[in-house]
Amino acid sequence: MSRPTEIADVRRGRLALRSGVLIYAAVLVVLPLGALVQHGLVDGLAGLWRAATAPVAAQAILLTLWTATLMAVVNAFMGTLTAWALVRYEFTGRGLLSALVDLPFAIPTLVTGVMLVILLGPQSPLGGWLTALGVPVIFAPLAIVVALLFITVPFVVRAVEPVLLEQDPAEEEAARTLGAGTWTVFWRVLLPPLLPAILSGTIRSFARALGELGSVIVVSGNIPYRTLTAPIHIFGEIESGQPGGAAAVSVVLLALALLLAFAARGIERISGVHHA
Amino acid sequence: MGIRIEGLTKRFGDFLAVNNFSVRVEPGELVAFLGPSGSGKSTILRIVAGLDTADTGAVYFNGAPAGHLHPSARGVGFVFQHYALFRHMTVEENIAFGLRVQGAGRQRQAERVAELLGLMGLQGLGHRYPSQLSGGQRQRVALARALAPAPKVLLLDEPFGAVDAKVREELRHWLRKLHDEVHVTSIFVTHDQEEAFSVADKVMVIHQGRLEQSGTPDEILDHPKTEFVARFIGEANVYEATVQGREAWVGPLRIPVPGLPDGTRVSIVIRLYDLKFWRDDGGHATVVRMSTLGDRVKVEAEIDGAGRILSQFPRRSSLLQGIEPGCRIHIEVTLSRAYASEAAAEGPADLAPRLRAA
Amino acid sequence: MPKRARTRHLNIPQRAIVLAVAAYLGLLLVLPLGAMGVRALAEGPGTLLASLAQREALEGLLLTLIVAAICVVFNGIFGIAGALVLTRHRFLGRRVLDALVDLPLAVSPVMTGLAFLLIFGRGGWLASSLDLLGLKVTFAVPGLILATLFVTFPFTLREVAYVLEELGTDEDQAATTLGASPWQTFWLVTLPNIRFGLGYGIVLTLARALGEFGAVLVVGGAISGRTQTATTFIYNALEERQEPAAYSMALVLALVSVALLVAIEWLKRRRGRE
Repeated sequence: MSRPTEIADVRRGRLALRSGVLIYAAVLVVLPLGALVQHGLVDGLAGLWRAATAPVAAQAILLTLWTATLMAVVNAFMGTLTAWALVRYEFTGRGLLSALVDLPFAIPTLVTGVMLVILLGPQSPLGGWLTALGVPVIFAPLAIVVALLFITVPFVVRAVEPVLLEQDPAEEEAARTLGAGTWTVFWRVLLPPLLPAILSGTIRSFARALGELGSVIVVSGNIPYRTLTAPIHIFGEIESGQPGGAAAVSVVLLALALLLAFAARGIERISGVHHA
Repeated sequence: MGIRIEGLTKRFGDFLAVNNFSVRVEPGELVAFLGPSGSGKSTILRIVAGLDTADTGAVYFNGAPAGHLHPSARGVGFVFQHYALFRHMTVEENIAFGLRVQGAGRQRQAERVAELLGLMGLQGLGHRYPSQLSGGQRQRVALARALAPAPKVLLLDEPFGAVDAKVREELRHWLRKLHDEVHVTSIFVTHDQEEAFSVADKVMVIHQGRLEQSGTPDEILDHPKTEFVARFIGEANVYEATVQGREAWVGPLRIPVPGLPDGTRVSIVIRLYDLKFWRDDGGHATVVRMSTLGDRVKVEAEIDGAGRILSQFPRRSSLLQGIEPGCRIHIEVTLSRAYASEAAAEGPADLAPRLRAA
Repeated sequence: MPKRARTRHLNIPQRAIVLAVAAYLGLLLVLPLGAMGVRALAEGPGTLLASLAQREALEGLLLTLIVAAICVVFNGIFGIAGALVLTRHRFLGRRVLDALVDLPLAVSPVMTGLAFLLIFGRGGWLASSLDLLGLKVTFAVPGLILATLFVTFPFTLREVAYVLEELGTDEDQAATTLGASPWQTFWLVTLPNIRFGLGYGIVLTLARALGEFGAVLVVGGAISGRTQTATTFIYNALEERQEPAAYSMALVLALVSVALLVAIEWLKRRRGRE
């Protein structure tokens, strides 16, 4: 490459780089999503509504929503607690525990499903014990919640950690010297700055859960009206040659996921949170 | 190599950072751009280097236009406030970088590196990484690195801002010594007056993107051309008054203001060392406070009906004999400057002067 | 702000918290992993290896590796380029690009597969052009590659962009003033400085590509011998009630993931230390 001496030459090079990147992004990301949206809306918003409110589809969407909500609530609490312990305490195995939190990012979701089926399935000791107790886990909605909890472990933890790390110990000490007890210090001084991070992390985990397929398809049994989630429903529609219905429900899910991502981004931006 | 800057203007959004700025720097001169933060001095420097572009105006190196050239083609050495050393390269590799990217052979690189390590007192540190050096050492490496490819111009952006006071003094000494040996045309940007006056041949005071005054340190100190220069350089007492009969009054103090018509609103600037006083029970001011600043003493007094006045003297000055807080004194202003105020007064002239310490 | 020191001597409530967290993570994450290890090895390591040595299994693994490698290369290069453009260029539409990068994260894999089917499949946008050129994308390897490129798009870009932001441009500007051309600056200064962030992004890309399931299932059809990746092999094996084969492959993938996890943690640490 010959050496550019003029600013104009370098500007041209930069423009070329920029164009290359934009073209790649347009072809790889915008094109497919465009096709999806176009197909989903081929019968207009009315058609979309019809496809989404068809009995199986509607139930699937509702199931997806409530299992994700349950997961989100548990995750918000346990994720915050985990971040708290990892950042503020020192104990043997802390590093290992921290590494463990990242496991769901590394493991294929299908493998997660297989692991959970092995652990909770009817043949396993735990599965047998649960069935004896009358607690339906495998091939029941609870299995979906467990699978979702597994894959979303990192979200809240990694969102809260940086905020905890940035907290100034002086604030806490000041509160104590002014006479505040442990609970008050936590509730009024330490928790408030964490709330935006907890919220955005939870929203992100919720959005992630909406689209989960690999783990859920194995553990839920895919029973329509009972354990058939929206992504699995979409899959089913594709398999049975109904890409239109599949695209419609996809558009609904996509719109919801984008809205949530936008909300999470907005919260992060306002509260000045850093990328984990 | 001489530098000529003509009519440089730059806006960042609504903010006018550089405002029709023009100067000349003669070949071999060591010039300081002195000004408060936000005055645009760093922006101007970066435009000269090519790291930023101006909206209008031109930069010439030895008479040839340089504005269209990429920074890599301008032959400019640049020293950053926070060193910007290549963290993954050793000191030697850092210094050799300019030569390396321009195609010099290994032998030549090694020679030049050795030369500069010697010149900057960095012998023995060649194999270290920047993280293993002190602040002063890092900045010397940055200087060596900038000089290695024998640039025609050396630009330094607040080069000593990131180190402590003692190290700063040493670095100033290095810079001066360096310039005496190498004679490369240099511009350095600073907000530190002491630094500008002790190192540079010529000082250019910059404010709000404009050149306020350009001259030798003595010229600037003793003959400030604008109100900003008078107030910015050193510490000063500032009062507002209106000219009447070629003079203005700061309470009981008479200030001659030749050459300005009656009714002109003026800012009167009195340097802290440009007045004297003596103990006088019938005097017109009272000493309020005296504070010791090491080798100097600051005296704060209240002029009857005119507000506070500050002055500063060496610790052993005879003027301080018998002066103590609460005593009455008579003040005499030995040198003052009056500048017509930019804002015109509306309504009745305000004859009560207000103290604005610099 | 001063960093607080971690509390070393924990009182009872604090110990309880640590125990609760360890129990939660242990039961949720480690127990399933352990259960699978036990079950997969229950038949004996011999049977394990035998099911893996089957042609189908090996082909699946190979295909997964090839697709993953291609994704690492392409999204690695465009990730670096994209990160540079996002952090160091000012242009109309920068916000749009920024939002675009995160889109694949919001899309369910099955929707990704559907999208590519709609473009390249029967009756799709490019169906006729493809027929003309004699190219097969859906139910063929190119489709797998495209789908996996889509889902792994953000990772390298985001990680490199993060590191670039933290680094700032001072060193690059210094290199420029010293006479380095833009390419020299990139190669000699920028690239060495981003290597740990880049490595981190690449490992994340690898992990995601290895684990991709929904999209490759839909676009590829999991046709044995042609478009069956390691993950779809597991799925097909489960459907055909061949649990041992499925579990063995799952174990292999899990072990690879743990290895990647170790790499992730190491790179995170190195990236943080720079």
